[in-house]
Amino acid sequence: MPVQYYIFLSIALFCIGIMGVLMRRNAIIIFMCIELMLNAVNLLLVAFSKMWVDAGRIDAASAQLFVFFVMVVAAAEVSVGLAIIVMMYRNTHSVDINILSRLKN
Amino acid sequence: MGIDMIIFTVLSAIAIAAALGVILSKNPVNSVLCMITCFVAIAGHYIMLNAQFLFVVHLIVYTGAIMVLFLFVLMMMNLNADIEPQKRNWLKYAGAISGGALLLVLVAALRDASVPAIQSGAPTDIGLISNLGKTLFTSYVVPFELSSVLFLSAMVGAVVIGKK
Amino acid sequence: MIHLVWLVPFLPLLGFLINGLGRNFLPKSLTGVIGSGTVLAAFVISLLIFLDVRQPGFAPQVIALFDFISVGSLHIPFAFQVDQLSALFLLIITGVGSLIHIYSTSYMHEESNESFARYFAYLNLFVFSMLILVLGANYVMMFIGWEGVGLCSYLLIGFWFKNISYNKAANKAFIMNRIGDLGFLLGIFLIIQQFGSVTFMEVFEKVPAMGEGSGVLFTIAMLLFIGAMGKSAQIPLYTWLPDAMAGPTPVSALIHAATMVTAGIYMVARSNVIYSLAPHIQAIVAVVGLVTALLAASIALKQNDIKKVLAYSTVSQLGYMFLALGVGAYTAAVFHVMTHAFFKALLFLGSGSVIHAMGGEQDIRKMGGLKKWMPVTNFTFLIGCLAIAGIPGLSGFFSKDEILAHAWGYNKIMYALALIGALMTAFYMFRLYYITFSGKFRGTHEQEHHLHESPAAITLPLIILAILSVIGGYVGLPEVFGAPHLLAEYLSPIFAPSVPYLHAEHLSHGLEWGLMGLSTGLVIVMIFIARGKFRNYEDSGAENTGIAKVLENKWYVDELYDAIIVKPLMVLSRFFQDVVERAGIDGLVNGVGAGVKWGGRQIRLLQNGQVGFYIFAMVIGMIVLFVISLFL
Repeated sequence: MPVQYYIFLSIALFCIGIMGVLMRRNAIIIFMCIELMLNAVNLLLVAFSKMWVDAGRIDAASAQLFVFFVMVVAAAEVSVGLAIIVMMYRNTHSVDINILSRLKN
Repeated sequence: MGIDMIIFTVLSAIAIAAALGVILSKNPVNSVLCMITCFVAIAGHYIMLNAQFLFVVHLIVYTGAIMVLFLFVLMMMNLNADIEPQKRNWLKYAGAISGGALLLVLVAALRDASVPAIQSGAPTDIGLISNLGKTLFTSYVVPFELSSVLFLSAMVGAVVIGKK
Repeated sequence: MIHLVWLVPFLPLLGFLINGLGRNFLPKSLTGVIGSGTVLAAFVISLLIFLDVRQPGFAPQVIALFDFISVGSLHIPFAFQVDQLSALFLLIITGVGSLIHIYSTSYMHEESNESFARYFAYLNLFVFSMLILVLGANYVMMFIGWEGVGLCSYLLIGFWFKNISYNKAANKAFIMNRIGDLGFLLGIFLIIQQFGSVTFMEVFEKVPAMGEGSGVLFTIAMLLFIGAMGKSAQIPLYTWLPDAMAGPTPVSALIHAATMVTAGIYMVARSNVIYSLAPHIQAIVAVVGLVTALLAASIALKQNDIKKVLAYSTVSQLGYMFLALGVGAYTAAVFHVMTHAFFKALLFLGSGSVIHAMGGEQDIRKMGGLKKWMPVTNFTFLIGCLAIAGIPGLSGFFSKDEILAHAWGYNKIMYALALIGALMTAFYMFRLYYITFSGKFRGTHEQEHHLHESPAAITLPLIILAILSVIGGYVGLPEVFGAPHLLAEYLSPIFAPSVPYLHAEHLSHGLEWGLMGLSTGLVIVMIFIARGKFRNYEDSGAENTGIAKVLENKWYVDELYDAIIVKPLMVLSRFFQDVVERAGIDGLVNGVGAGVKWGGRQIRLLQNGQVGFYIFAMVIGMIVLFVISLFL
């Protein structure tokens, strides 16, 4: 199976993520779309890892560890990010990102 | 068309449809549910790609922890479709068009990329926890420890921000 | 003694520094002693050097002090060249210079302490620059001195800078000189380009290889001559010199009669090889000199300002020198520089003495009968007039006669015109003398009461210069007298390279006697005409008419320049000021400012704080980057 399929799938998911970021104003949805983009890249990393392993390079498996670290970072990011969104909601009673268009107030 | 191809097609269709559901559904709760579906489909891909450990971690961390966290926050805020902020229409179209343009550009760029194909019948145990664990605790032990520090600081940060 | 030559220019420089820096606390007496003493010491050293140089068979010596410019293959050392020509000029400059310094201590005594010191500082700086000019071993050194004397001339013309018209005269002198300097500078560049060197010895060695009539040599000679035109006040750049009389009278004597204005003659004489190989340019030099001599002499006929008459006379005499250079009589030109330095300095200093006694009055119509009160000035001034008129036995006769004789050998018409110029010279000088010194006093009673003979510091230089004006000519006796022409022998090594290219017609003895007799006779006739006309001059107050009016108004040359050069330039400047400056440059600058301001106001809207918009812009940027890197 050509690895191109995975590439296209990843691109599709990534671009859907971008579209979501651009189209929605709900901060939580935007945050989820960012997660979606991260996952698209993760998928691609795993696909390339498999591809190189099949081509004979056993050490390419460590790409999966890279995905592991991405997940770690994503989890940390989500915990802090959601905390910020909760804060924002508590202060403004809205999750519309455009409300945060000023540094003050 | 082999069985792996069929599974790939089905999983991909589910993933893309669920992803579209994320960005298109009015109700944020539906979005989260679609997102979970999407992640499960991606987890299926991990199995297909001999990444058994990642499959598990993905299900536990993303689907189990992160998405539940999202859902939890949503429900805590009591968000629903009615109070969902709406963008002006033309901005939506502009977003959709630019995202589509990026898709086109990337596809056009990578269409002719010559990379080796994925073959079946290659060693399948590379994604097992023993293999990854050995690598993780030998070559990548320093990033691993650093990530624990990252978690600690993220935890502290979340608590500090949430307490205010 | 030769190796001490650097002391000659640097002593006046020292004087300049001391006087210039200490002008606020040095007493006048000390300033005067320093100013005059340094130049006098330089004169003593010059004299010693001259005694060395005048030995037969003396070879030119170059004393290099340091490397001035060293670029690629071009090396311009800061070097002095001591040879017969520069040694002679050293003597003239420091000798006449020290006399004028001594004279100035008395003449400028009424100035305040500070401006007295400033005056001497400028004067010393001038002497320094002039010495650099004549001592320089290459064209660049000469140019340094050339600019230095121009600067000092500017500073001294505008010495009384509170008077706006004096400042204008100073500006005029400076600007006119700049026009000439541009020619000189271009000439130097062409020399560098052609010969790869500016050192006199190297250049003159390579010049003959270019061949007679080479176009490049023509250009070089012409460009250098343009420089000489500016500095030595030749047509068309002569109008600054009469205006330069705004400066103190000793300055006029030193700078605008004896030394600086002869720099052009020095330069052409120094470059004699180039000019001898460019005969057409030589002809131009001769014609320009002759026309200048005639024009200036005709203007001098009708001037009433004592210094203006002398100024036009200077222009006229400089014209004679260029005529001599043009006809190939280099020795005669240098000879005339020397004698002219004596008698014209004498005349200027004498006029200064008169002006001093008259309390600043310069109009000769208000003078008259001064010989009664000022016997020494009267006598020395008379000697100066006789010398410049060319009465046999005085220095002017010998040098002028030599020029006339060479002009005859070159072209008979030129001789006739030059003779007419000489006759005019005799006429206007004696007109000046008789109006000023004989007849009745025509000034106010107060002035009459004030009249007195000047103090010794003024009369002593007058007497010395008068003696020099008498005997100065005997170094260059004509061949027919049977005595050796000492100056020609002395200078022969300098002009030797030119000799093969000169086609001088040798005059027979009889003819020479005849020419001498003719000019002498006519000059004496002119003097007597002037005596009859002006001995008992009364100011009728009538307006001049016809040609006299044209002469009084200097042929309207200033007005002509004003109309064809200054006015259009003013119009152009105003156009640039009003249109190009306001609309073009200001508009551009203001437009850029306004554009940036406007653009900033517009672009500021992009920073609207909306995260969605930022991401949108980021995605657009990504797409563009992808498209550029992948498909273009």
